[in-house]
Amino acid sequence: MAQTAAHSAQPTAQAEHQQHPIKLYLAVWGLLFVLSFFSYLVDYLHVQGYLRWSLILIFMVLKAGLIVAIFMHMAWERLALTYAILLPPILVLVFVAMMVSEANYTLLTRLTAFGAAP
Amino acid sequence: MHESAKTTPSTSLPRPSGLSGFASDWASDQRTFKNVSWGKAMMWIFLLSDTFVFGCFLLAYMTARMSTTVPWPNPSEVFALHIGGQDVPLILIAIMTFVLISSSGTMAMAVNYGYRRDRRKTAILMLLTALFGATFVGMQAFEWTKLIMEGVRPWENPFGAAQFGSTFFMITGFHGTHVTIGVIFLIIIARKVWRGDFDTEKRGFFTSRKGNYEIVEITGLYWHFVDLVWVFIFAFFYLW
Repeated sequence: MAQTAAHSAQPTAQAEHQQHPIKLYLAVWGLLFVLSFFSYLVDYLHVQGYLRWSLILIFMVLKAGLIVAIFMHMAWERLALTYAILLPPILVLVFVAMMVSEANYTLLTRLTAFGAAP
Repeated sequence: MHESAKTTPSTSLPRPSGLSGFASDWASDQRTFKNVSWGKAMMWIFLLSDTFVFGCFLLAYMTARMSTTVPWPNPSEVFALHIGGQDVPLILIAIMTFVLISSSGTMAMAVNYGYRRDRRKTAILMLLTALFGATFVGMQAFEWTKLIMEGVRPWENPFGAAQFGSTFFMITGFHGTHVTIGVIFLIIIARKVWRGDFDTEKRGFFTSRKGNYEIVEITGLYWHFVDLVWVFIFAFFYLW
C-alpha cells in the first residue's frame, strides 16, 4: 500500500484507488460461474411457469449485483456516485409497466380485429 | 503588512459518510463526486446512458413478444446444437456466458495488478481479457451464421413469430458491437501499459495528457458493463 500512499501525497490526486485482494475477485468469479450454471440448469431441466421466471430473475439479479458491487467496485464508492448511477435505471421499471399495458392493448385489438392466431 | 494564511488541501476535514455524506456531497456547491476522478465519473455516466439504450431494446423486445398472436419460437430449441448425436439445448449460449464471465474475472485482476504497477501482469491479463472477448464475438458470428442458414431474417423465420428475428439481430448485434469496441479499447490500453506509458508519464496521442493506471480501471468498468448487459440478455432473451 506504499504506492497508494505515495499517490495521495500528490496535491492533485484526490481520487482514491480501488485496491482489494485478488482472492475476493476469484471468489466472485467462482460464484458467477456457479450462478450461471444454475441459470443454465433452469433451462436444461425444463423448469416451467412461475418457478422458471422467478429462478431466472433471482439468478440474474444476483449476478448483476455481484458484477456491479465487486468487479465495478460500486460497494466501496461514496453514496453520491452510487445513487447517481443506480437509482435512475429503476425508472425503467415505470416504462416497463407502461409498455406491459400497451402490449396487452395491442394484443387485444389484434385478437378482436384479426381473430385468433392465423 | 497583512498576510493571508495558506491552507494545504491535504489537511481537509473528514467527509461524512452514509446518507449525510450523500446529502453534503450533492449540496456542497463544488464537485459532487469527491473521491472519483473525472475520467471514472464520465465512464459511469456513459454507462448509465448505455443502460437506457439496452433497457429500451429489451423493452421493445418485451412489447413485441407480449403483443404478438403468433407463438414465440422456443429459444431452447432454436439455439440448440447437435453434439454427439443429440440436441443439447442452449449449449453455445451457455459457453458464451462462461467465456464472458471469465473475461470479467481476468479484467478485475488486471485492474488490481495495474494499481500495483505490475506492468507485465496487467498487460497480459488485459490481452487475455481481449482474447476471451474476441472468442465471444467469434462464437456469436457462428451463431448468426447458423441462424441465417436456417432462414432466420429480421422479417421472418421458420420457427414462429416474425419479430423474433428482428429483436434477436438488434439486441445481440448491439451487444456484439459493444464487445468488439471493448476488445479494441483493451488492446490499445494494454499496449500502453506494456510500453510503460504510465510509468514514464508519456503524454497521450490525442489528449497530450499524462496518463496513469486508473485508465485500466476505467477500461474495466466498460468491460464489466458489457458482461452485465449479457447477464440481462441471457436471462430475458435466451432463458425466458
